[in-house]
Amino acid sequence: MSRISQRFNDLREQGKTALIPFITAGDPTPGITVGLMHDMVSSGADLIELGVPFSDPMADGPVIQRASERALEHHVSLHDIFQMVKTFRERDQNTPVVLMGYLNPIEVMGYATFAGAASAAGVDGVLIVDIPPEEGEELLQSLRDKAIDQIYLLAPTSTPDRIGQICNVAGGFVYYVSVKGVTGSSQLDTAAVAEKLEQIREKTALPVGVGFGIKDAATAAAVSQLADAVVVGSVLVSRVEALQETPDEIGPALAEILSGMRRAMDAVH
Amino acid sequence: MAITAEKIIGTQPDDRGHFGVYGGLFVAETLMEPLKDLRLAYEKYMQDPEFLKELDEDLANYVGRPSPIYFARRWSRELGGARVYLKREDLNHTGAHKVNNTIGQALLAKRMGKTRIIAETGAGQHGVATATVAARMGLECVVYMGAVDIVRQEANVYRMKLLGAEVRSVESGSKTLKDALNEAMRDWVTNIDDTFYIIGTVAGPHPYPAMVRDFQTVIGREAREQIQQQTGRLPDALVACVGGGSNAIGLFYPFLDDAAVDIYGVEAAGDGLETGHHAAPLCAGQPGVLHGNRTYLMEDKDGQIIETHSISAGLDYPGVGPEHAWLKDTGRAQYVAITDEEALGAFHALTKIEGIIPALESSHALAYAAKLAPAMESDQIILVNLSGRGDKDMHTVAALEGIEI
Repeated sequence: MSRISQRFNDLREQGKTALIPFITAGDPTPGITVGLMHDMVSSGADLIELGVPFSDPMADGPVIQRASERALEHHVSLHDIFQMVKTFRERDQNTPVVLMGYLNPIEVMGYATFAGAASAAGVDGVLIVDIPPEEGEELLQSLRDKAIDQIYLLAPTSTPDRIGQICNVAGGFVYYVSVKGVTGSSQLDTAAVAEKLEQIREKTALPVGVGFGIKDAATAAAVSQLADAVVVGSVLVSRVEALQETPDEIGPALAEILSGMRRAMDAVH
Repeated sequence: MAITAEKIIGTQPDDRGHFGVYGGLFVAETLMEPLKDLRLAYEKYMQDPEFLKELDEDLANYVGRPSPIYFARRWSRELGGARVYLKREDLNHTGAHKVNNTIGQALLAKRMGKTRIIAETGAGQHGVATATVAARMGLECVVYMGAVDIVRQEANVYRMKLLGAEVRSVESGSKTLKDALNEAMRDWVTNIDDTFYIIGTVAGPHPYPAMVRDFQTVIGREAREQIQQQTGRLPDALVACVGGGSNAIGLFYPFLDDAAVDIYGVEAAGDGLETGHHAAPLCAGQPGVLHGNRTYLMEDKDGQIIETHSISAGLDYPGVGPEHAWLKDTGRAQYVAITDEEALGAFHALTKIEGIIPALESSHALAYAAKLAPAMESDQIILVNLSGRGDKDMHTVAALEGIEI
C-alpha cells in the first residue's frame, strides 16, 4: 500500500480528516524548505504538498505566483526539489509528499526520468495542474511504473461524466477545487461543496480533498466535516512572504496556523 | 516525417486539437468544460449560414474587406529580382489583421450569450481590435497587457480606453504578452459563466488555434484569388511574420496544398539568434507545453520559460501556434529569423520607396522578402503579408533615432 493510502486509512480509523499544507519549494530560499516540512508535520500536517515553481503559473493567484518568482530567483529546479525530499526522508519516512506544479518542467526532463528520480527521492504523489487525462496517458504510465500516485483536480465545472473519467485514472486521492478561480480565491460555499462531494463519492472510493479558499481555522473545520482532506496553501504562503526578511520566524508562524486548524478540525469530529 | 500526401488542408487538427504531436488541450480542470462548450459552439456556427453571412457582412462593411494586394513596383525594382506583392492587411479597420479574428469571436460570444469580453495583448493591436468589436456590440471589455508593453505602446492603451475598455496592467513575470495571457486565463477561470476570452493568436488550448486560423484564412483565400487575377498565376513564395502566428497561418493555410508555393514564416531574431536575445522559438527553441498547447518554446534547461526580446512587441512571445510547429517539422513551411536591425531597414525602405509605413512586426516579413527577392528571377512572385500599419510604432522608431515626439 502506498504511503498516501496508508495515511488515509490510519486517519479514517482515528476518525480524523487529513490536513494538507502547501508551500512552494525554495520559497523564500532553498535552504529553508526541509525545516519547514518538519515544522508542519509536528504541528499537525498529515501530508505535504510541495509546489514546484514555474515561470507561468496560470492557475495560481498572486500569492503563489510571487512564491514561484522568489524560488526561481534561486533557480530552484526539480533536481533541487528531489534533493529536498531526500533530505526530508532522512528523518521522516511516514509523511507522504506530493509534488504539485505544471507540466513543462516535467516534459523537459522526460516523463520516465522524472518518475524514476521522484520515486528514488521518496515522492509519493504528483499533481500536475495542466494535464487532463486526455493528454496524460504516457505520463500516467511512467508514474504507475514507479508506484507514484497521480492526483487529479476536479472542479465545480466538472460534469458527472468527467468526474467518472478522472476518478478512473486518479490515484492516492482526488482534489476538489472548491471555487471557480485561481488559488487564494475567496468565498467558499460549503453547501455547494457538499453537493459536489456527494457526486464525486458516487464515482470513487478514493479519499476526497478540498482546497482553494481555505482561509482559517473556521473554514478548515467546516470543510473537514465534508471532506477527507483539507488543503491549505495561500494562507501559509502569504505568511512566508510576510516573514521573508526574518526567515527564523517562518516555521513557528506556519506551525501556529496549522495547529490552530488541526485543533478546530479535530474538535468537530 | 515529411509530408507525402497531396492534400494538407482539412487534415489538421484531429478532433482533440492535435497538429501532429503539437497542440492539444493542456489546461486546469476548471476550463475543460468551458472549452468543450466553446468548441461545440464554434463547430456549430462555422456550419451555420446565418452566422457566416453576418461574419461576411461585417468583414465587408465594418472591416473594409477584401483588402487589396499591391505590387510594390519601385521596391521590387530596387531589390532586383522577384516581383514583390503586398497583401494589405494594414488597410483594415483598426490597422491590422487582428480584427478578422475579433469580429468572428465576438459574434460567437454573442451567440453563446456571454456579456463580458476579455483579451490579452502585446503590441496592443489585438487589444484595440477586441475593444473595437466590444464597443460596437455593447459588451463589457477588459484587456490584459504587460506593464512593459503598456509603456512601449502608450498610444494603443489610450485607444483601448477611448473605446471603453478597461486596460489592466500585468505586473507578474516578465510583464509582457505571455504574462498578459496568464492573467487573462486567470480571469477567465474566475468568471467562466458570463465571460468570453478572445485569444488573439493561433495559440492557446483547443479549439483556439484552429478557430483563430479559420477566422484569419480570409487573408489567404482573398490573396490566392487576387494574385491569380492580377498575375495569372500563383506566387512562388509566401512570406509572413510569426509571433504567435495568426497572420501567417491566415495567409499560408489556403496555399498549403499548392506544392509549388514556397512558404516562409519569419520570426524575430532580436539582437541576433546567437545572442540569445530574441523571440524565435521555431528557429532556436525546443518543444514544450505552455498556455494550453504543446509547441516550440523559448525555455531554459529546467523548462522555465525565458524572457524574449524583439523590437516589436507583437512578436515578443516565447511560444508559437502549434500548427506552425507542425508545418516546421513536416517541412511544408520554412521558418527563418530577422534581426531588429534588419526589420528597421525594411521599415524605412518601404516607407521611403512605396509610401507605406509598415508595422515593425510586418517589417520582419518585408526584410526577409528583401533577402529572397534578389536571388529569384524577375518573372517570379513573392507575396508578403503586410499584416499591420506602423502608426503605433512611431514612438519606438523615433526613440531609436534619438527623436522625441
